Amino acid sequence: MSTPVTAPPTIINFTVDGRQLSAPPGTLLIDACKRSGIEIPAFCYYEGYSLQAACRMCLVEVEKMPKLQTACTLPVMEGMIVRSETEQIAKARKGTLEFLLTNHPLDCPVCDKGGECELQDMVFRYGAGESRFTEMKNHAPERQWSPVVFYDPARCILCYRCVRACNEGMGVGALGVTNRGVLSEIAPNKEDHLDCDECGACIDICPVGALTSNIYRYKTRPWEMQHVATVCTHCSNGCKTTLGVRNDEIIRGNNRDRGGINGEFLCVKGRYGFDFTASEERLTTPMIRIDGKLEAVSWSKALGFVAEKFKSVQADGGKFGVIADTRLTNEELFYLQKFTRAGLKTSNLDHAASGDLITLLDALSGQTDALATTDDLYKTKAALVIGSDLSQQHPLLAFQLRAGVRHNKTRIYTVTPGPVREAKYSATSVTVPLGEEYDALAKLTDRLKAEKELVILFGDSIKGQRVRDLVAWAATLGIPVKYVCLVDDSNSRGALDMGCLPNLLPGFQVDPHPGLSQAGMLAAEDLDVLWIVGANPLRHAPLASRKAFVVAHTMFLDETAARADVLFPSASAYEKSGTLTNVTGQVQRLKAAIKTMGAKADLEIIGLIAKEMGLAPTLGPWTHDIVFKEIHSGVHGYNVPLPVLLTGGAALTSPVNGPVKVNVLVDEIRSAGDTLFTSGSLGRHSKLLTSVPEFPGALYQR
Amino acid sequence: MSLTFTPETEKILQDIWSRYPEGRKRSAVIPMLMYAQDQLGVVTSELVAEVAKRCEVSPLQVEEVVGYYSMLNKKRMGKHHVQVCTNIACLLMGGEALWHHATKRLGIGHKEVTADGLISLEEVECAGACSWAPCVVDGYEYHHHVTIEKLDQLIDSIQKVH
Repeated sequence: MSTPVTAPPTIINFTVDGRQLSAPPGTLLIDACKRSGIEIPAFCYYEGYSLQAACRMCLVEVEKMPKLQTACTLPVMEGMIVRSETEQIAKARKGTLEFLLTNHPLDCPVCDKGGECELQDMVFRYGAGESRFTEMKNHAPERQWSPVVFYDPARCILCYRCVRACNEGMGVGALGVTNRGVLSEIAPNKEDHLDCDECGACIDICPVGALTSNIYRYKTRPWEMQHVATVCTHCSNGCKTTLGVRNDEIIRGNNRDRGGINGEFLCVKGRYGFDFTASEERLTTPMIRIDGKLEAVSWSKALGFVAEKFKSVQADGGKFGVIADTRLTNEELFYLQKFTRAGLKTSNLDHAASGDLITLLDALSGQTDALATTDDLYKTKAALVIGSDLSQQHPLLAFQLRAGVRHNKTRIYTVTPGPVREAKYSATSVTVPLGEEYDALAKLTDRLKAEKELVILFGDSIKGQRVRDLVAWAATLGIPVKYVCLVDDSNSRGALDMGCLPNLLPGFQVDPHPGLSQAGMLAAEDLDVLWIVGANPLRHAPLASRKAFVVAHTMFLDETAARADVLFPSASAYEKSGTLTNVTGQVQRLKAAIKTMGAKADLEIIGLIAKEMGLAPTLGPWTHDIVFKEIHSGVHGYNVPLPVLLTGGAALTSPVNGPVKVNVLVDEIRSAGDTLFTSGSLGRHSKLLTSVPEFPGALYQR
Repeated sequence: MSLTFTPETEKILQDIWSRYPEGRKRSAVIPMLMYAQDQLGVVTSELVAEVAKRCEVSPLQVEEVVGYYSMLNKKRMGKHHVQVCTNIACLLMGGEALWHHATKRLGIGHKEVTADGLISLEEVECAGACSWAPCVVDGYEYHHHVTIEKLDQLIDSIQKVH
């Protein structure tokens, strides 16, 4: 006689503190409680990482189980009756804390973590401040492991969170635990120092003050700062970052509230790459070149000078060129394109293109739901990375894939010109010479046909006809395929959407009177005015026109500034508000965290020039919220739900679904190839980023 | 630069390695370290790197093992590594007196080496010879029912040979 087959239950019912709760099978008790608002304290348990069961703080009473159980390792079971706060539990937790405090110093008054320390909170709650131990505390001196990371072994409670965050979350594995018993301590991978991403995830995840950052340590207290939620603009991934600000100084960046598309993830640039804002080399006053030398002038003089020049060149029918930075906000880009087309009456407008989204949209014309979001990268069953060192160029996307590998068994395929980190956990990793990535795809066809779905991420080696070939090849796989066209900068996507292009208007509408591209402007010997808003194009190419009057908005005296006739000191992304569209087309709000004396947001500078030229009535007001309203109602795909944006969320834009018939200048599409430790021209002015020349450092190293 | 072992050691290491299935090679870390240490006398960073490579783990993961196990030494021990048990059975039978005598006579402490590099001492937990307590272990050689006189003889014999 066979036993009757019963379907596994889809929902488990159980009771916690007298409340009827339910959760899917396999849910850990600690998670199930958390979702219902019942807090079970834990040091070692961390959602998303493997179980450690090392701290014994999460003990709970379960009926019919003789001993207290660790809620972090106990899956919910049908009919389970749990009590999360009883006298017995309080006593057990107090005991655990007393043990933890046998060697933990009570140096809270000088510890960076004081005020937001999980151990401090627990001791405050369960009252184990007094110890019965009379022995001397173990002490070991603090050590510096890298320009970022400091470790104080005495404070460490050995929860292993940092070890797992580094190993599983980052895929680096730079931290381990050495020695035994009370002498155990966290160890770095290179004997006395770290060779890692310097992302600081270990520091943020540390429940106590054992790991501290060189950037924040001993500077302030958590309650003395204002916390400003904004978006990191060092790459195109658009991670939300919460800046700790005091007296107009950014003191730290993190994302402990797990809001935004990145959860808690940030890379070294997002966490620590803000120090350029306080650089002494910042330009803080407008400058005009007089007799070959740049001299500081007042704003009114510089604005008036530029407006006069623009007007006279326009009156003479001169040739204008406008280059937009790919880190400007959508509002700035939109207003700038309006200024250029409606004010200067030209379409000589471009930005540094780093990915061929235009051809992709054209090739996908008619398909719906074909563009992947950051969340899709986590949920997908399979992903194919073509020609990008993802963990360096797109750290969040790489993090999402890694999380997918851990939680959803995502299978990753890579086709890259050199070794990449993804190879460690990829199903198949192919290394091919640069530019031959597409030809290698045929090798993967059969394996990919066996997948259920696929997200394809491609870099700048797939452009023009190659994009069409890729889409055609993917169609032969017979599975649902989504795409991410990898672009470089925080608003490279916005620059495309807002029509900062010589041949496309906002919303990918074809410009009937196409103008010159960036390379075209730089090569045009008869260019009269080149207006460079934030970018640094002269770093890579010379300006052919000797007579061109060059106006540049800049933060630093860079290669472009060296040729400029007028300089406007512009505000950084941390100093302005607006919206940005990330690599996967999600719009988020940028919020000004600090003010820097002398600098103005580019939108304001553009607006003031418009005002001086008498164009203000044509172009409309230049406040970011009014310009955004116009984008929201006028630019295709930007009619996003406002509550999502206003509450700090990421709203998905839906770009045009239809043919985009323009001549894409594929030769001008080129990735800047920034690594984790570089950020265009800006990264050079971050003391921190230039002080951590640790491993990756260059693309395709391992 | 990869480390080369003597043919005998290499054979042992290959043999250990072959015992574990693909994907479980990390289980070979401890025995490989033990036998390699026997040949080299110490666990060097090169050895750690070599074992890590063969067992498909990171050097840090091997370091964790080395740090955890007291029988793996990152500091070179003496030619004769003398281990004195002071665990419960040996303690009751005078193991602690042996330990004090040895440290006093040689002028070295726990995990320290004599100036000539000949002898090192280690106070160990149970060496598994409780029935013949107290015991002293010289390398892999056991000495049972040890007295202070016997210990002196042992040390004398080591010093005489060299």
